[in-house]
Amino acid sequence: MNEICAWSIGRIHQGIQSRELSVREVADAFLDRIEEVDRGVHAFVTVDAEEVRSAASALDRRLSLGAQEIGLLTGIPLAIKDNIVTQSMRTTCGSRILEGYRPPYDATVISRLRQAGALILGKANLDEFSMGSTTENSALFPTRNPRDPERVPGGSSGGPAASVAALEAPGALGSDTGGSIRQPAAFCGVVGLKPTYGRVSRYGLVAFASSLDQIGPLANSARDAARILQVVAGHDPSDATSSNRPVDDYLAGIEDNVRGLRIGLPAEWFGAGLDPRLDAGIRSAITRLEKLGCQVQEVHLPHTEFAIAAYYIIAPAEASSNLARYDGMRYGYRSAHQEGLEDTYRSTRSEGFGEEVKRRIMIGTYVLSSGYYDAYYLKASKVRTLLKQDYLKAFERVDLLIGPTAPSLPFKLGARADPLEMYLSDVYTVPANLVGIPGLAMCCGYTEEGLPLGLQILGPHFQEGRILQLAHALEQELQVVAPPLPTS
Amino acid sequence: MSVTREEVEKISDLAHLRFSAEEVEVFVSQFQRILDYFEQLKTAPTDGVVPTYHASEESDPEAGLREDEVRPSLDVRVAVEGAPLHAKGYFRVPKVIG
Repeated sequence: MNEICAWSIGRIHQGIQSRELSVREVADAFLDRIEEVDRGVHAFVTVDAEEVRSAASALDRRLSLGAQEIGLLTGIPLAIKDNIVTQSMRTTCGSRILEGYRPPYDATVISRLRQAGALILGKANLDEFSMGSTTENSALFPTRNPRDPERVPGGSSGGPAASVAALEAPGALGSDTGGSIRQPAAFCGVVGLKPTYGRVSRYGLVAFASSLDQIGPLANSARDAARILQVVAGHDPSDATSSNRPVDDYLAGIEDNVRGLRIGLPAEWFGAGLDPRLDAGIRSAITRLEKLGCQVQEVHLPHTEFAIAAYYIIAPAEASSNLARYDGMRYGYRSAHQEGLEDTYRSTRSEGFGEEVKRRIMIGTYVLSSGYYDAYYLKASKVRTLLKQDYLKAFERVDLLIGPTAPSLPFKLGARADPLEMYLSDVYTVPANLVGIPGLAMCCGYTEEGLPLGLQILGPHFQEGRILQLAHALEQELQVVAPPLPTS
Repeated sequence: MSVTREEVEKISDLAHLRFSAEEVEVFVSQFQRILDYFEQLKTAPTDGVVPTYHASEESDPEAGLREDEVRPSLDVRVAVEGAPLHAKGYFRVPKVIG
């Protein structure tokens, strides 16, 4: 493995800027790494190596002619979750129903990455349409956890998280609707950030649940995640839900002192159901934060128990609407069975969608249907308000919340077959999506078997900067050394 | 709330999905477990609570609007290119009328 693969984005960028490295050299390093390990990890769905090399060489030529300004991510190759559209480049959403689909446009985040000089390294695997927590629901193949290939990388952004953990990419973009960036980041031992709802444009993110979805960065450090966020964040006229609020300078503030920051530990999050190794690892990290001068106190989020039910009503409801467009008419797969329009719709959708996707469409259709709307969707939306109030109240007393990302350590592929059991494991991540607040997952240690212990930091709306500061300070304090990768 | 086979079939009609008889059986029992789980929401104190539909702080509905002027957009031929069947800038679809 070329040592460049273990460098931070910041270090690589510095190398390119000083012309110590060529963009082509960097691209080759990561493409070679993918060639070396991805047949074991299966993080990538599409990698067009020739295209990447030619884009890298073209960028080198422009840089040497002085025709290209150095942007924040110039020359940095990134893995992109395959539910973010990339012009003319196959985009699958992990589903058969988009077979052959080559988007006619770039997502706004992709345009911004390109403008900042980044290279699109490849498209990374996901649970189909982002529905799942293990990447086992991908219609293509499952991705493996680079920390232990018998275990899941988490999901739905399992491909992005695994690619970063396996050093196949120095950074990635994922998406998070109920934990889909944070949980795989925790399972793979990397940093993953879900921004505040509206902080990053959703234009070109294939919609799952429109009031919950957000695109966010994955990387091996808080500083690298901050750099990616800096490039993609900001208002987009093509996304009416994107915020007009000016974007903070995340990199400038990241080394600010955390002394005096008030940290809340939600009482409802630590208890039965949480793996004792996670409990111990997180509490140990908290002690180190106290040493750094943070003030830690217990807080209460009294409506926590209702979050999963509310989420698994609202998200499928929105999904049932968003996935109605997959009808075999305008893109992707159309069934050969076409005895009339209705038959074409049904055959296409039944053949093209996987089990979990169908299950969620069914749940969503049910809870929105006449006679059930009030009892389920309206009720869940009111519970959403109760949760929002819980978090707003907590943030009157503390600046940030810390807790687990998932109740368990990464488990073996095939171990969790029961849908309801899978849904219940999202308990710590769904509230941030329902309420719209930002959250970050990071590694705070490893178990004896080399499995990462994931810790989550949540903050008030638009406080990504503060979350990144604390994550950076904790990284510097803990100096967690990852065990050697099994696939090295 | 208990879910019946007939209800699952009606929902699958609304969702334009088709299930085999065995799949319907599996669905009925999975659905039932999930709906049973949702029952706990009944104890949530939502009297007088206004529902939240948007996670965004910016709730001004005018905020996302612009002047109604024609702007450059995707060429129609490019837009239909991805379709399973297309011709002359149109999507080709199964017969709907007649």
